[in-house]
Amino acid sequence: MGANSWYGPLADPSADAGYGADHPERVGFFTDTSVCIGCKACEVACKEWNALPADGVAEQGAGGDVLGMAGMGYDNTGGLGASTYRHVAFVEQRVPATRSAQTDLDMPSMDLPGAVTSGEDRGDATEVRWLMSSDVCKHCTHAACLDVCPTGSLIRTEHGTVLVQEDICNGCGYCIPACPYGVIDQRKGDGRAFKCTMCQDRLGAGLQPACATACPTESIQFGPLDELRARADERLASLQEQGVTEARLYGHDQDDGVGGDGAFFLLLDEPEVYGLPPDPVVTTRDLPSMWRHAAAAALTVAATVGAAFLGGRR
Amino acid sequence: MTAQVPAERRRRSRGGRGEQLMVPDADFRSYHDRPIIKPPVWKVPDVPAYLYLGGTAGVAASLAALADLTGRAGLRRSGRLVAAGGAVTSVAFLIHDLGRPERFLNMMRVIKPTSPLSVGSWILAPFGTATGAAAASEVTGLLPGAGRVAGLAGGVLGPAMTTYTAVLLADTAVPGWHEAYRELPFVFAGSALAAGGGSALVAGHGDGPPRRVAVAGAALELAATHRLETAIGMSAHAYRTGRAGRVLRAARAATVAGVAAALAGPVVDRVGRRSPRRRRLLDAAAGLLLNAGSAATRWGVFDAGMATAWDPAYTVVPQRERLAAREAGDGSAPGATVDR
Ligand code: SF4
Repeated sequence: MGANSWYGPLADPSADAGYGADHPERVGFFTDTSVCIGCKACEVACKEWNALPADGVAEQGAGGDVLGMAGMGYDNTGGLGASTYRHVAFVEQRVPATRSAQTDLDMPSMDLPGAVTSGEDRGDATEVRWLMSSDVCKHCTHAACLDVCPTGSLIRTEHGTVLVQEDICNGCGYCIPACPYGVIDQRKGDGRAFKCTMCQDRLGAGLQPACATACPTESIQFGPLDELRARADERLASLQEQGVTEARLYGHDQDDGVGGDGAFFLLLDEPEVYGLPPDPVVTTRDLPSMWRHAAAAALTVAATVGAAFLGGRR
Repeated sequence: MTAQVPAERRRRSRGGRGEQLMVPDADFRSYHDRPIIKPPVWKVPDVPAYLYLGGTAGVAASLAALADLTGRAGLRRSGRLVAAGGAVTSVAFLIHDLGRPERFLNMMRVIKPTSPLSVGSWILAPFGTATGAAAASEVTGLLPGAGRVAGLAGGVLGPAMTTYTAVLLADTAVPGWHEAYRELPFVFAGSALAAGGGSALVAGHGDGPPRRVAVAGAALELAATHRLETAIGMSAHAYRTGRAGRVLRAARAATVAGVAAALAGPVVDRVGRRSPRRRRLLDAAAGLLLNAGSAATRWGVFDAGMATAWDPAYTVVPQRERLAAREAGDGSAPGATVDR
C-alpha cells in the first residue's frame, strides 16, 4: 500500500500489491483499431484457448436470431461477457467521401481502386466506413473489480494484470457493476464471474496471449506496457501526419480515472461509439468519502435511538 | 467530423415529459444503444430484502439494548427477536443471491477495507452471532447475564448495520447509486429507523422511544429520498420515472400514512375516550405501513440504479459533460463531480 494505492498514477501495481522487486515487468495490450479488419480471429483464438462456451447476443439480453445476429452489423457476440473475453465491435458510418479517401487505412471502400484522388473535393458525396475494434478487459491500474471483491478471488498478478481465481469466487456478483467498462460478468449456469485472464497460463510459459498471436494485422499488440505506450505514441503521430485527425489514444493516460489501462486502444472516433465510457473512474476513488458519509449516518441512527430514550416517560 | 452523418445510433437523452432534465440538450452516441456498464446480476427480492431486513434488525437491536438498560422488558424482548430474525433472514437472502451459495464462507477469507461487502460481512457476522445469542437467552431464559452482554454488543453494532449497505450500492459504477453516495446512507438510516421503530409498534411495545424513533426515522427517510429525486444530477431522473418512480411514490404514501397512524394513537387517546384496543390497532397499522414503506424504499432505490445501468445515457452524458468542463480548462481532475 502506498499513497496512490486507491487512485492516481501508480507506476507498478504489482509492487503495490506486494510482489518483490524481482517480479516480471508489467505487460499489456495495445489494440490499434485503425488496422483491425474485423476478422474475429482474436475472438475465436480466445474461445479455443480458454475453452469458453458459446454465447451470443441473446445471452447479452439483446435478442438475436439463430446465428446470434441481432441487427448490429456483423456483431454476433454483442459485447464482452463471461464467455467472451475478446469482442469485435462493428460500427457502420456514412462519412464525407473526400475525407476518408485522403488516407489509406485499408478500410473497405465503395469506390473502384484509384477512382478517388486523394484530397479531391467531392462536394457532399458520402461513403461508408467501417470501424472495427477488438475490445478486452482493460487490466486497470486501479481495478474496481479487484477492489470490491470480498473473497480475495480477484487478484493482481505478478505481470500487473487482473485475474479471477475461479476456485475461490463465490459468485457474489459485486465485481460486475463495479467495473466502469462493463467487462466482467457472471456465467449463467455456473454462477461465478469470468473475464479475460490475459492468458495467464501462456504468460507463465513465455507465450503471448492467444488473441495477439492470432491477430493477422497486428491490430492487437502484446508486450511490456512501457514499450507499447511508446509505440502507440509513434503510431498516433504518424496517423495524425497522414491527416487522420480523428485518431486518438484511449486508456493510455496514467492520469486518467483508473490510473491508466493495461490494455489501451487507438480509436478513430469517440469511445462511446465503440461502447466504451468516455471518462471512466474507479469507484474506489470516492470510497473514503462514502465511508465518512455512512459513518455520519450511522451516528445519526445511534443519536436518534439514544435521544428517544432520554427524558421520556416509561 | 462536423459533416459526418453517423449511421450508428445517436440518441437524445431521455427527458421524460421534459421536466427538470439536467442536461437539456444532450446528444449522445452509443454502440447500438447497448449498456456501457454491466447491469448488476443481483436479484429482486433477494437484494432489496437483504437491505431492508439488515437495517430493521440493526435498529431493533439498538432499541433492545437500551430497553434492557432502562428496564423495558417488553421492548427488549421484541427488539431482540426482531434483530435476530432480521439478521438471519437477511443473511439467508444474501446467500441465496450468490452464484455459488455453498462458498458463502469465502466471504470470511479476507478483510478488505476497499470492499464494502467484505466490511459488511465482518459487521454482519458478529451482529448475527450477538443478536442470535441475545434472542436465544430471551426465549429460553437461560444465561441472562450473557444474553445482556450479547444484546449490548448487538446494539452497538446496530447502527453500522443500517448504513454499510448504502456504501455497498454506491461503491459501483452504477450511475444512479454512485452519484447518490452522499445521500444513500441517510436514506437507509431513516428507512431503518422507521422500520425498526415500526416493528416495536407492531409488537405492541411502541409507547415512548420506539414511536419517537419511528417518526423521526420516517421524516429522515422522506427528506433524504426527496434529495435522491432532485439533487444528484442526471440520475435523479431515474428515481422519478419508470417502475422505480412508481415504487418510490408508493413507499412515500405508505410512510406518510404510517407516520399519521403512529401519531394518531396517543392523540386520539388524549382527546377522546381511552381505548387500548383502538391504540393497539392503530399502532399495528402504523408499524406495518412504516415497514412496507421502508422495504419499498429499498426496492425503489435498487430499481432506479438498475435503470441507470441499462441506459447508456446515464453513463455517457455526465462523463461527456465533465470532459467538456475539463477541456474548457477548469483544471479539474478526471471524474471530478460537477458541483452540487
Ligand atoms: S476493465 Fe473491468 S474487469 Fe477489467 S480490470 Fe478494469 S475493472 Fe476489472
